[in-house]
Amino acid sequence: MSLDLKFTYTEKKDTRSGFGDGFLEAGRRNPNVVGLCADLIGSLKMGDFQKEFPERFFQTGIAEANMIGLAAGMTIGGKIPFAGTFANFATGRVYDQIRQSVAYSDKNVKICASHAGLTLGEDGATHQILEDLGMMKMLPHMTVINPCDYNQTKAATLAIAEHEGPVYLRFGRPSWPIFTPTDQKFEIGKAWKMIDGKDVTIFATGHLVWEAVVAEAMLRAEGIHAEVINIHTIKPLDEEAILESVAKTGCAVSAEEHQINGGLGDSIAQTLIRHNPAPLEYVGVNDSFGESGTPTQLLEKYGLNAENIVKAAKRALERK
Amino acid sequence: MEKKSIEDLQKICTQLRRDVLRMVHAVQSGHPGAPLGCAEFFVALYFDQLRHNPDFKMNGKGEDLFFLSNGHLSAGWYSVLARSGYFPVEELKTFRKLNSRLQGHPATHEHLPGIRIASGSLGQGLSVALGAAQTKKLNGDDKLVYILMGDGELQEGQVWEAAMYAAHYGVDNLIATVDYNGQQIDGPTTKIMDLKNLKAKWEAFGWEVIETKNGNDLKSVMEGLEKAKSLTGKGKPIMNLLYTEMGYGVDFMVGTHKWHGSPPNDEQLAKALGQLEETLGDY
Repeated sequence: MSLDLKFTYTEKKDTRSGFGDGFLEAGRRNPNVVGLCADLIGSLKMGDFQKEFPERFFQTGIAEANMIGLAAGMTIGGKIPFAGTFANFATGRVYDQIRQSVAYSDKNVKICASHAGLTLGEDGATHQILEDLGMMKMLPHMTVINPCDYNQTKAATLAIAEHEGPVYLRFGRPSWPIFTPTDQKFEIGKAWKMIDGKDVTIFATGHLVWEAVVAEAMLRAEGIHAEVINIHTIKPLDEEAILESVAKTGCAVSAEEHQINGGLGDSIAQTLIRHNPAPLEYVGVNDSFGESGTPTQLLEKYGLNAENIVKAAKRALERK
Repeated sequence: MEKKSIEDLQKICTQLRRDVLRMVHAVQSGHPGAPLGCAEFFVALYFDQLRHNPDFKMNGKGEDLFFLSNGHLSAGWYSVLARSGYFPVEELKTFRKLNSRLQGHPATHEHLPGIRIASGSLGQGLSVALGAAQTKKLNGDDKLVYILMGDGELQEGQVWEAAMYAAHYGVDNLIATVDYNGQQIDGPTTKIMDLKNLKAKWEAFGWEVIETKNGNDLKSVMEGLEKAKSLTGKGKPIMNLLYTEMGYGVDFMVGTHKWHGSPPNDEQLAKALGQLEETLGDY
């Protein structure tokens, strides 16, 4: 059965390339943008910036704690540092450095985290961080962004360069459908209603926005009309958009490549419980570590693909 | 700022020690030992070496910058900042109290003039100072970046990440000082985690190392900082190993870790203040 998708794609690309291209563009627009990377320049796609602006780029070696401190220091005097490494080393490994030197000190540092989540794939659980959004959203002052495809990641990268304050930008490794517009305007903290619906709302972030788009078409084939909302900014959360949608649909699903504990779903639940305690079902990793495998295999095994979003939507509908 | 005579600077050191003791006594919490030992350093830096503007600007362009990595020396730093005009001396009485800008450990959150980064969780300051020093270079700003670290703090791994980085990039507009008092909370560093040959360690990491053997002699401290400044701009980061005595200035506090994190009681305060003349007027 072919699905009638509301969004389609002709090309796939990794979101980290969206970051790399956005970073280069941000560097061209603003001479105060500088880069740091802990021995993963190729993986983070920061090489083009380094080549064009060698004096504004700092290879730190495998020393992430130092990198975070350096970035915080570089803001003193007006630089806008983009510090890049894998999401695991950009958060858990350096949580205290981010907490004290960046968040508490309110420094204009952009923490750029690639290879987040299960879709890192074959490297396995040591590298597949599934707790980073939770750790980062708990920090006062921190803005947390998790875009869904190449185009949105590029737009988000340009937007955070112009935003004053600490930001955690999360993206990934796998080749992924490009289904959002080129040259889109990225508004930090503003959710994007991608598909109108009336029966159930799917709130998705990161790679799972694409799975939500597929799930919507699958549900529609069965006569269920889902609304799909792209929550690219986990914090500050667009509570108004969430409440407005759930007031209409009466139930919801959250979908993210992250632990259920502490993730986007938790933030949505906090919002609903205070204002409109409607049924909410979670699609996320249920208190476990990942493992080696291909991205598609892993999303299936850990229950994070379109089929699982469909099942969750039906569970939510039954609870209305 | 007009240069002061060494006698005048000595008076500020004595007043700083009184401030520190009265501050930690008033709230019965805080860390008196190390700031007593660093009084000469703080005064030599702020009243003799730093080219700075107490009309504080966070970006510090065109100024020498100072970072305190061992944030528990906050009482001493707050005193020298107040005494050099960053904020009213009276405000020292709010130290560690609710709604104060003078947090237990230094913070930017309450916008206290003079503070550019939070510190307290140890081992982070050198990285921050290096970042600020590299921004100065990018900005064509020829002023210097100073940082003070504790010796116990050198047990943190991040310090050595930063040490390696500084030499690799030849960050030669940075002067780091280690308060080498040989004491930490649980006891002497030789017992807790021996630092062994610090000079050789920093040299092996590619730093230019000088030693200030008498860190509680004002003239020696000033000469040490002057020498450190003369070594900047030569392709290497500068390390100033400052030998001090924790608790210096009070006979029953000197040379022991026991006053690292303990305040004096009323009787001990009176006895200590009896050994330190009120020179500039208490807050």
